[in-house]
Amino acid sequence: MSTLIDLILLTLMAITAIAALQLKDLFGAVMLTGIYSLLSALWFLILDAADVSFTEAAVGAGISTVLMLGTLALTQRNEKSPSHPRILPLFVVTITGAILVYGTLDMPAFADPQAPIHTHVAPHYIEKSGEEIGIPNIVTSVLASYRGYDTLGETTVIFTACIGVLLLLGIGRRREDDES
Amino acid sequence: MNWIDHYNYWIVIFLMMLGFYAIIASDNLVKKIIGLNIFQTSVFVLFISMGKVPGGVAPILRDDPTVLYSNPLPHVLILTAIVVGVATTALALALVVRIHEAYGSIEEDEIHEQDQLAG
Repeated sequence: MSTLIDLILLTLMAITAIAALQLKDLFGAVMLTGIYSLLSALWFLILDAADVSFTEAAVGAGISTVLMLGTLALTQRNEKSPSHPRILPLFVVTITGAILVYGTLDMPAFADPQAPIHTHVAPHYIEKSGEEIGIPNIVTSVLASYRGYDTLGETTVIFTACIGVLLLLGIGRRREDDES
Repeated sequence: MNWIDHYNYWIVIFLMMLGFYAIIASDNLVKKIIGLNIFQTSVFVLFISMGKVPGGVAPILRDDPTVLYSNPLPHVLILTAIVVGVATTALALALVVRIHEAYGSIEEDEIHEQDQLAG
């Protein structure tokens, strides 16, 4: 049953993505991107990734959509040029896709319990994190303790991005106001 | 080989190539960012589908020792990736706003034309 929901959600995601990229109206395209994020959040929940699902629903479907709508309000709402299919990009994309599909043929089947990803470090986290860290949620234990440095790096990236956004929008505009 | 075994991966590749095409082929800068978002989410789907264990539950410890947990490691990596992804999206959108202030357009061909005229 959950496999069926999995397949349906993935197909819906593909359809939504196609629709989002085809729309001329950018407002509609942004809304469809939000729906796409929400569908992926649902899909994450079906595949036991509750924390990822919350984050995607809040950040991917929420904040991203708001940021994009803000950008549309500051710029323009419609895409101008007619999007005619381009031969060279289509060729590049098809070749890349074909190579990637060839690559998946060697990958372990979906939900294979013997896949290499399940046999190395993950069993340690599952068996030991309860007594080593003392938090019931294993994802939190790994995020904040075993791989705390990764999270520190993530914070650095967000800090850098924040400074970038402030420099691009805030300070530049203030200087123009001073001159005029 | 059962097609369901690899259906997730193929959808991931389809979404990835859709986003890739939007990034390299569309003239509108916001459309490019939407393509980037679709590409990003397809990577998330790839990682989460690798972490699934049949009959597994969400990796939150329970008292029952027989319970089977899904792999928590991809979840952690993707949690980090989602937040980094929105940071890059915000930076890209800020760039689009600045470009619109400077050129009065967010269409790549128009911006290029103005550059040609100026230079």
